[in-house]
Amino acid sequence: MDLSSINPLLLLASLMVASTPILLAALGELVAERAGVLNLGVEGMMITGAACGIIFSALTGNAWVGFAGAALGGLLLSFLFAVLTQVLLSNQVATGLALTLFGLGLSALLGQSFADARPPAFPKLDMPILSDLPVLGPVLFRHDGMVYVGLLLVVAVWYFLTRTRAGLILRAVGENHEAAHALGYRVVLIRFGAIMFGGACAGLGGAYISLVRVPQWTEGMTAGAGWIALAIVVFAGWKPVRLLLGAYLFGGVTVLQLNLQAAGLAIPVEYLSMSPYVATILVLVILAAGRAPGSLGKTFHASR
Amino acid sequence: MTKTLLALAGLTKAYPGVIANRDVSFEIQQGEVHALLGENGAGKSTLVKSIYGLVKPDSGAMHLNGQPFAPNDPKAARAAGIAMVFQHFSLFDALTVAENVALGMEDPPPLRDLAGRIRDVSEQYGLPLDPARIVGDLSAGERQRVEIIRCLLQDPKLLIMDEPTSVLTPQEVEILFETLRKLKSEGTAILYISHKLEEIRALCDTATILRLGEVVGDCTPREVSAREMAEMMVGGTLHVPEREAGPEGEVLLKLEGLSARSPQEFGTPLRDISVEVRAGQVLGIGGVAGNGQDELLLALSGEMRTDPQMVQFKGRPIGQLPPNDRRGLGMCSAPEERLGHAAAPDMTLSENAALSGKTRKALVRNGFVDWGGARDFASIIIDRFDVRTPGTENVARSLSGGNLQKFVIGREILQDPDVLVVNQPTWGVDASAAAAIRQAILDLAANGAAVIVISQDLDELMEISDNFAALNEGRLSAPRAASGLTIEEVGLMLGGAHDMEVAHVDA
Repeated sequence: MDLSSINPLLLLASLMVASTPILLAALGELVAERAGVLNLGVEGMMITGAACGIIFSALTGNAWVGFAGAALGGLLLSFLFAVLTQVLLSNQVATGLALTLFGLGLSALLGQSFADARPPAFPKLDMPILSDLPVLGPVLFRHDGMVYVGLLLVVAVWYFLTRTRAGLILRAVGENHEAAHALGYRVVLIRFGAIMFGGACAGLGGAYISLVRVPQWTEGMTAGAGWIALAIVVFAGWKPVRLLLGAYLFGGVTVLQLNLQAAGLAIPVEYLSMSPYVATILVLVILAAGRAPGSLGKTFHASR
Repeated sequence: MTKTLLALAGLTKAYPGVIANRDVSFEIQQGEVHALLGENGAGKSTLVKSIYGLVKPDSGAMHLNGQPFAPNDPKAARAAGIAMVFQHFSLFDALTVAENVALGMEDPPPLRDLAGRIRDVSEQYGLPLDPARIVGDLSAGERQRVEIIRCLLQDPKLLIMDEPTSVLTPQEVEILFETLRKLKSEGTAILYISHKLEEIRALCDTATILRLGEVVGDCTPREVSAREMAEMMVGGTLHVPEREAGPEGEVLLKLEGLSARSPQEFGTPLRDISVEVRAGQVLGIGGVAGNGQDELLLALSGEMRTDPQMVQFKGRPIGQLPPNDRRGLGMCSAPEERLGHAAAPDMTLSENAALSGKTRKALVRNGFVDWGGARDFASIIIDRFDVRTPGTENVARSLSGGNLQKFVIGREILQDPDVLVVNQPTWGVDASAAAAIRQAILDLAANGAAVIVISQDLDELMEISDNFAALNEGRLSAPRAASGLTIEEVGLMLGGAHDMEVAHVDA
């Protein structure tokens, strides 16, 4: 075993990259759940986003267009979920599971002819002065644009939920949809918005895997990241800042255990592979989970 | 003189199968407290929802200050100066008081300024409230204050209150009335819906009475008796429960040093309760909510197990027995919460009948439910207790509160128990149904059963009890004969260490 082969700076730097897909997807799901909607289709929306990302970037040669296409793909899929659950009042759990299966199949179909496509290079940002800082430079300031988009989104969602009236209304709808309706708020409309924001974020997260992390198209390449995102939302107690913590912890332990595997640590690989899951769950449970939104997963019908 | 604030003319609203309001017309003057009276299902809620913009009437017109008024949604109604305090609070448990208030306003100031205004208004009207507290932690009375302050901050011209006192303690009712009188003196009109006729006589200037969706009369509550109002609501003579003095029998139920910790997080423990109930007796247990009523019922029903000797049925220790074993012996109970505790909301009436009656009515044979028998049992309950429902296969949730209450009480009484324990048997039930339930309880006692009635309605307890005892912080006072007991004496029994104080309102 050779632990000296692990460079702590590189490790920290790759932590942010490894966490970004889950962070994006979980953030979108957090907003949907705060509005009272449990969308178990995150995995399906992510993989669809991954396929759309490859397709749009291969056709245009621009990675940013790829991300935009991925967001659109995830959004459309979530729109389907919204129509089914909010208008046709189908069960959210069953519909979400179906959405995941549907997304896996749809993405396989879409991605078929793009198996050999190589996504265009996604440049890392070069920030003057900051990127050249010792230690902090390589860890924090030499990443690609999406890493920072993800961070900005966390701040934006936190601000939206805790500081704006629109955010308060969204939380109210998630907390007690009957009362929100009685006060005259448009429950279904607000939920449509939250669901579609969740879909777009999941699409972005999926595209980050296919355009940056891997980067190529393989069937089923999200490999359960959507489920992890769902779990992190719960364990983070539906709070954006703790969500960031959870996602980074998960990404961090993932990178570390890969490094340890490469270094030939004398522990069975299976234990190392499960370590990110165990560590994330342990830490977030110890932090004590928050309270779920009161109307989470319940079907709303404005009966009078 | 006063002038007309809101005039309703010919409002009609039909739902599939029922006409909720038919040609309803009346006027509300500025600065008056106007009562809207009627039995359950008389169409009061639909009517106020029309005024508040939640329901669109099929025909008819409203005029506010002489201008045509037809709100499309609550926002339009609020903008016109109409505010409403809901029967079931429209609050958000996980949010703070200030956030809840902000959600009910059209154009709220920033939360920091709002907190200041909440403090100002709450002091001005004698409704102490901390804007930073989480609503889920508040008592029922405090939660109602949140709703009222939410309304007051918008300077309403008309405040609608839908059964505001059904969840309040007598002290909280007093505080509420002071606030309403102050509002009235400032020129705000109040539309007040309640079942409690004495309250209406104390508070309201005029009353409009609805029956089956139609206006059947109006009156000045101060000038008529509660009984006259009740008879206008019912459209007939009100049957006042009568009791035939039965023989005092043997001791059927004996509690001996009953002490138990509450299974609920913020519950009240039971402390050393000892009492006896004889055959043919009704023991009324009064007390302010949250003094151990729920826990006492749990200990008696068997949902909460205790030391065997603490609960004795016909001399036999049964403190350790679960509910169905107790039912088998002849001890039935009906808890306060109808939906979710006394009845499973999404199951049909025959299923609900089978769940409780399976032992005593022998509705289970060789492990299989006798559905025919369950349906028969349910239809007997519906028949005998005048439960208004299309049939036994309707789910419990679809019944109105009063009808479901008649069903769950009837279900226990018709199992012919030797001991019956009920908590708040007529809570939220209209006058005629309440009278029917009380009569059934008295009939049961007359036939030789021992009955314990736990209630917060002192008038009810005085009407039906032989003996009266008060629960106070989990302790039960010594029972006293109910006849001849004055309200002052009852107040002292209830009072104990309660340091509740009526807030002083500067008029």
